[in-house]
Amino acid sequence: MQEHNWLLRLENISAGYNGDTVLSDVSLQISDNDFMGVIGPNGGGKTTLLKVMLGLLTPFYGEVIFNRELLTPYNIGYLPQMSEGDISFPVSVRDIVMSGLMQSRGAMARMKRADRERSATVMKDLGIWHLRNRCLSELSGGELQRVYLGRALIGSPRLLLLDEPGNFVDSSFEQGFYDMLKELNKKMAVVMVSHDVGTISAYVKSFACVNGKLHYHDSGRITNDQLKDYGCPIQLIAHGDIPHTVLQKHIDGDINI
Amino acid sequence: MEISIFNYDFLIRSILAALFGSITAGIAGTYIVSRRLVFLSGGVTHASFGGIGMGYFLGVNPIVGAALFGMVSAMGIEYLSHKQNVKEDSAIGFLWAFGMAVGVIFIYITPGYTPNLMSYLFGSLLTIGGGDLAALMVLSLVMILFFALFYRTILYISYDEAYARTFSRHVTLFKYLLIVLVSLVIVLNIRIAGVVLVLSMLTIPPNFVMLFTKNFKKVMIWSVVAGFVGMTGGIAASWYLDIPTGATIIFVMVAGWVMARIIKGKTGSSRSRRDIKNKLYRKEVIYKDVK
Repeated sequence: MQEHNWLLRLENISAGYNGDTVLSDVSLQISDNDFMGVIGPNGGGKTTLLKVMLGLLTPFYGEVIFNRELLTPYNIGYLPQMSEGDISFPVSVRDIVMSGLMQSRGAMARMKRADRERSATVMKDLGIWHLRNRCLSELSGGELQRVYLGRALIGSPRLLLLDEPGNFVDSSFEQGFYDMLKELNKKMAVVMVSHDVGTISAYVKSFACVNGKLHYHDSGRITNDQLKDYGCPIQLIAHGDIPHTVLQKHIDGDINI
Repeated sequence: MEISIFNYDFLIRSILAALFGSITAGIAGTYIVSRRLVFLSGGVTHASFGGIGMGYFLGVNPIVGAALFGMVSAMGIEYLSHKQNVKEDSAIGFLWAFGMAVGVIFIYITPGYTPNLMSYLFGSLLTIGGGDLAALMVLSLVMILFFALFYRTILYISYDEAYARTFSRHVTLFKYLLIVLVSLVIVLNIRIAGVVLVLSMLTIPPNFVMLFTKNFKKVMIWSVVAGFVGMTGGIAASWYLDIPTGATIIFVMVAGWVMARIIKGKTGSSRSRRDIKNKLYRKEVIYKDVK
């Protein structure tokens, strides 16, 4: 294993909602060049894991430790599974993309010319430049997702957290999207929650399997035996070069996807 | 001679009330309409009637009592809405009626005559004094300054609170400050439109403007303008027709909104259809993976 600087460390985290534990005793380290796929069944705690990393959810136990030289809690790009934002809110695409810059600003932030130029670059890269003055209710689901991706990327984060980015990515954008993530991974660590194990396993370098507990694999490959231990409902694993491998259905796992 | 001085004074007072009323209501209204806090604001408005009753009973300015009740109930609702086991709309409905009940009881047990009670229910420009106007002016300045200084923060917290928490530690503080400001705006404008009508002063102008633009800042600025036009129009109409001012202002504003809606007609409706379609689509996805 190559030595890499670590960015973020979770130590013995237990977390959940209203006293119900979703994650128990989870430990994980994210390095500066990681491209990690987070997989697991519904309600297994994938999104909860991201929320703990972001500080949106305070864990019951355990610690989230930042390597402050490389990463601060405000230097994380985040693409929520579905934004809680109200799409009928009177706000333009450009303003939403620029909200990603607030991470490095105070409460009295002003957007300057350089910020507008930066937002233009990001929007052009994502193919949403022509939508810049639209309000969100005029966008399709895929376009909306790209706007939120722009919001996550505009601040040039060191760590990018993506929650189910595949949900809205239309097939025309999908290939380009994953290639883009690969490109971004040269500059930042990427942690991606996904149901679509088949697609992401061609791109990720490691897997974290979350089902209450967390199991980490430092390769993009998961064996049938490993899967058996976790109760993960993974039916299909694909690897970069090898043709798709169909794995045995798990006995106690539900079939999702 | 005397009559003309009275008229002049009345005119100045009316225009100042319309100006400060439209500034405060336009800015606060854009916030509550965009964030869908209209029902909450209705609760705050009616809860503040308890303070009006208390003011009468204790012999202090009813608006001071209303401000107290308004702010406390606004913060109470904001606080309760964080608790998982309290339904926010039920909490609002509860405070709504409770405030009115407290007000009615206080007014009943207040010995003797309760002057101007009707003006607190339905508004009255005639009873607006220098003190009320000064308070409205100060609040107008506070609103302009607060929203100008913290524009981006307010916009992003209002749009997506959960995301705002990824960049700001002060989201909760801002939410409380904003709801306190909104309740003060409501209470001070009770003088103009009354408990029963004041909410429309806040909600109609932004809804009118949003037919034409969907930019938060523009909605705010044009809501102030639209509110001022609606209020001066309402004041003038009530003067000539000799009908109650607060009610006339609301009538003029609603009439303006209906006309704009008809003129905008087609574009508006197709947009809202898309709204609904997108929302359905969103729901589907949310249910795919709860938590």
